[in-house]
Amino acid sequence: MSAVLELNQVAKAHDSGNGQRVQALDGVSLSVEAGDFVAVRGPSGSGKTTLLLIAGGLLAPDQGVVSIGGRDLGSMSAEGRARFRAENVGFVFQQFHLIPYLSVLHNVMTPAVAANIADAPERAEKLIAQFGLRSRAHHPTARLSTGERQRTALARALLNRPKLLLADEPTGNLDADNAGGVMAGLSDFAKNGGAVLLVTHDDNAAARADRVVLLKDGKQADAPAG
Amino acid sequence: MEATPNAFPHRDAMKIWGMMWREIAFRKLNFGLALFSVSAAVACLVGTLTLLRADELRTDRLLAKKEAEVAKAGASLEDAIRRITKGLGFNIIILPEDQDLNEMHLEGSLSKQMPEEYVHRLAKSKIVTVNHLLPTVMKKLTWPETGLSVVLYGTRGEVPIQHRDPKKPLLDTVPEGTMIIGHHVSQKLGLREGDETTLLGHKFSVGKIHGERGNIDDGTVWINLAKAQELLGMRNLIHAIQALECHCAGDRISQIRAEIAGILPGTQVIERGPPALARAEARDQARQSAEDALARAVANRRELRGQREAFAAVLAPLIWVGAAVWIGFLMLGNVRERRAEIGILRAIGFRSSQILLLFLGKAFLFGILGTLLGFVVGALAVASLGEMPAGWELLRNPEAPIHFGLALGLAVALSVFASWIPALSAARQDPALVLQEE
Repeated sequence: MSAVLELNQVAKAHDSGNGQRVQALDGVSLSVEAGDFVAVRGPSGSGKTTLLLIAGGLLAPDQGVVSIGGRDLGSMSAEGRARFRAENVGFVFQQFHLIPYLSVLHNVMTPAVAANIADAPERAEKLIAQFGLRSRAHHPTARLSTGERQRTALARALLNRPKLLLADEPTGNLDADNAGGVMAGLSDFAKNGGAVLLVTHDDNAAARADRVVLLKDGKQADAPAG
Repeated sequence: MEATPNAFPHRDAMKIWGMMWREIAFRKLNFGLALFSVSAAVACLVGTLTLLRADELRTDRLLAKKEAEVAKAGASLEDAIRRITKGLGFNIIILPEDQDLNEMHLEGSLSKQMPEEYVHRLAKSKIVTVNHLLPTVMKKLTWPETGLSVVLYGTRGEVPIQHRDPKKPLLDTVPEGTMIIGHHVSQKLGLREGDETTLLGHKFSVGKIHGERGNIDDGTVWINLAKAQELLGMRNLIHAIQALECHCAGDRISQIRAEIAGILPGTQVIERGPPALARAEARDQARQSAEDALARAVANRRELRGQREAFAAVLAPLIWVGAAVWIGFLMLGNVRERRAEIGILRAIGFRSSQILLLFLGKAFLFGILGTLLGFVVGALAVASLGEMPAGWELLRNPEAPIHFGLALGLAVALSVFASWIPALSAARQDPALVLQEE
């Protein structure tokens, strides 16, 4: 099976704010194949979120190569990466990042503006139904519970039928029931041939992954799942 | 799967304009304030243009009225002066060529004669340099019945020049059987108006006595021309034709002489200088003073308009700069408020150009709506000031589309220009930074 996401000797340093450089990632290599559900764990400041942003092409590494579906993100322009993300990558964040002036339905359809998806309404309809949001479809996001918000964010991430789903602490603000629902959604996506890279502190969430990558001070140490 | 029917009655695809409209509806105050800024700037521009146009129309009306008044007053003044100066008398005398002028100047008498037909020839000609033709005989003699030396002056009604409109005569006809006498004659002979007297064996009644004039008129007796010709044995002959010169520019007397020489060969023309010059100059001055008054009025209005234009030229740009700064701050606030939104949009694949469009499209929209609103408000505001003829007229004015186009172009340019830096900062925002901050 070919790798959907491939990170090879990726390094990234950034300013700590007091004039010192901090090595957020140091020689990290990772391969996530279609159907893989990979969790990245590690203490705060270990570089998990930096890894996720580099994997999604939102941050450029100082060193190393990042490719998705065999395409080297470093060889693309910023606009090219944006277009590529729109067609191949989905994001879910802890803070949901829903757009406050759009309804649930329109939030889910937002990626269609970037990716020009012709059957976006039909796809959105199915996803909303899949995540139990049908009765909330036309509600503003401010009136949703936190669980509903995260499910909306997950539906939005799946609209473009991405190859790779990147999730940063998606259950961090959810109760156990809602967290279970979101994790089930991620698992289903992987089972259907998608690749999932999950950044989490949550043991229960990590337990759903096929593989866990441990990060400490920007360096990786592979660990068994669960 | 839930089974709620009709959950998606409208399967409309999501478009960037749809996002823009929904954001505007969500943040009404931000859009409203930007709209107000553009409207205020456009209203100010339209109001200024309308006021200037109104002032121009009012100026035109006032000047037309003033011009008519000045023309009327000038005509009245010129006519009054013409009548006054006409009172100075005939100033052109046409005499036989061989008439000794010393005889006329020293003795007040003429001896050389010419056919009375000359005056009719002159009247039938196309002469333009003189008018008011008066055939006369003028002879100094001793009044046999009284022994008094007088100048006998025979005259009749003026001969109208046929190619011109008839004019009121300068001198009234002396009816046959009557005489008009000068002040000195009246004093010497003790004659009063209505008295009967005899001259050269013919009876006359005194029709009128002139007041003292201090010249040869005081010793003159005026009688009907035909009677004078009979008394002096000059049937169909006259001594002179008196006339009033025209109001010609340049060397008048030369023009008159040249024209009369062509019609009446064997004559000479003399001009009584000072009265003629006084008349011409007075008429010129009357016209000139009327024209000067109008020119002053025009200059004053032009100066006032210039001052208003200069004021508008400073005020309008200041208001537009103020509006631009205000819009810039509003859009900057909007970008800051939407920082997380921009971050996630970039993460899910929105390109910089799409983010730019999201903000500049909004600016374009409030530029257009602000123009419509401001144009109406500006026109209504000026109309409500009253006595502003261009208020409603502006909308019917052929220049209205030009003003609207100008306002629209400027307002959209202002909105987009003022939003450009905030929109650019949004488009260039690093999504990773925002998402890491959250």
